[in-house]
Amino acid sequence: MVMDTKQPFEKLVELHGATVLRVCRAVVGPGEADDVWQETFLSALRAYPELPADANHEAWLVTIAHRRSLDSVRAAGRRAMPVGEMPDGRSPLGNPGPDGDGVWDQVARLPDKQRRVIAYRYLADLPFADIAGILGGTPAAARRSAADGLKKLRTLMAETPPQGGTP
Amino acid sequence: MTSTDRTSRTGPVDLAFAPHLTAIEPGALHRLRSALAETATREGVLDIAYRIVDSPVGQLLLAATDRGLVRVAYEREDHDAVLQQLAERLSPRILEAPARLGSAAAQLDEYFAGRRRGFDVPLDLSLSAGFRRTVIQHLEGIPFGVTESYTEVARAVGNPKAVRAVGTACATNPLPVVVPCHRVLRSDGSLGGYIGGLEAKSALLALEAAP
Repeated sequence: MVMDTKQPFEKLVELHGATVLRVCRAVVGPGEADDVWQETFLSALRAYPELPADANHEAWLVTIAHRRSLDSVRAAGRRAMPVGEMPDGRSPLGNPGPDGDGVWDQVARLPDKQRRVIAYRYLADLPFADIAGILGGTPAAARRSAADGLKKLRTLMAETPPQGGTP
Repeated sequence: MTSTDRTSRTGPVDLAFAPHLTAIEPGALHRLRSALAETATREGVLDIAYRIVDSPVGQLLLAATDRGLVRVAYEREDHDAVLQQLAERLSPRILEAPARLGSAAAQLDEYFAGRRRGFDVPLDLSLSAGFRRTVIQHLEGIPFGVTESYTEVARAVGNPKAVRAVGTACATNPLPVVVPCHRVLRSDGSLGGYIGGLEAKSALLALEAAP
């Protein structure tokens, strides 16, 4: 018999709720983040009994959040404008954050893939191998995307310092 | 920032670079978690709802399935451990969902305030099987303010020699307070044991003895 020591789902929400929310905000913007968070944890709760007991919960949750965020992007795309394939350029969902927050504008201006790689790597702390599993491509490509994204973000930040002030 | 905050482990896009990416305003997660519990209940994917209530005998954990109240646990049982056992024995689809335990919580409040003598909530006895379940079902019928001895309970369930097993059944009662195992004493009138500790047992008996 396999030892099954699956935690109560509440524990997962407690341990990973904040990280998943940060990832959602970075990926779909603060406007849609709450909905994507809800859909992520609801899907996860539904599937939880079938998840292997030794699975990495955070990687699993981020994977679900990724899928739900794609649904959200598609739905928003349908609402906003009749374009077919999303170009690998600026995301239409880079909703600005709270007033006077320049950072969101900058993050939103990153190409979608770079933005996701950065969120999954630096907010969810996933290794590049897991990120490649989520986004497709190789770990090396994910690493390059992250480096490119950071470089671009630094450039953007240098051009327009955030008005909120950094510590 | 909450205690589960992980900003210390984030990388280059961290506070120094993008403070608004990592800061979560107070209350945001609480709101999301409440909404999740509500939706999960509505969609039928929440197998066990729980809430923690304050009482004169310490914090009590109340847990319910869709069939009824399945567990009441004292603090000294370790609520985290109790939830873990529920995950293993019944289902890991567990969330804190206070609304689903509103009635049980209100009745417990009334009971501790001396305004209620019996509980009227559906019970799910799936954590008790066999002889223990028979004992639990008998205990449900012992009225407020009345006590029985372990020997009397054994006789009542048709197994007069099983006094020790009755003791075990009381000690492992998954629904203390609501299923009144505190009303069972030793034949000499001494307290015997109690899952919530002897202090709690005395407190409940004193509450029920009050005029």
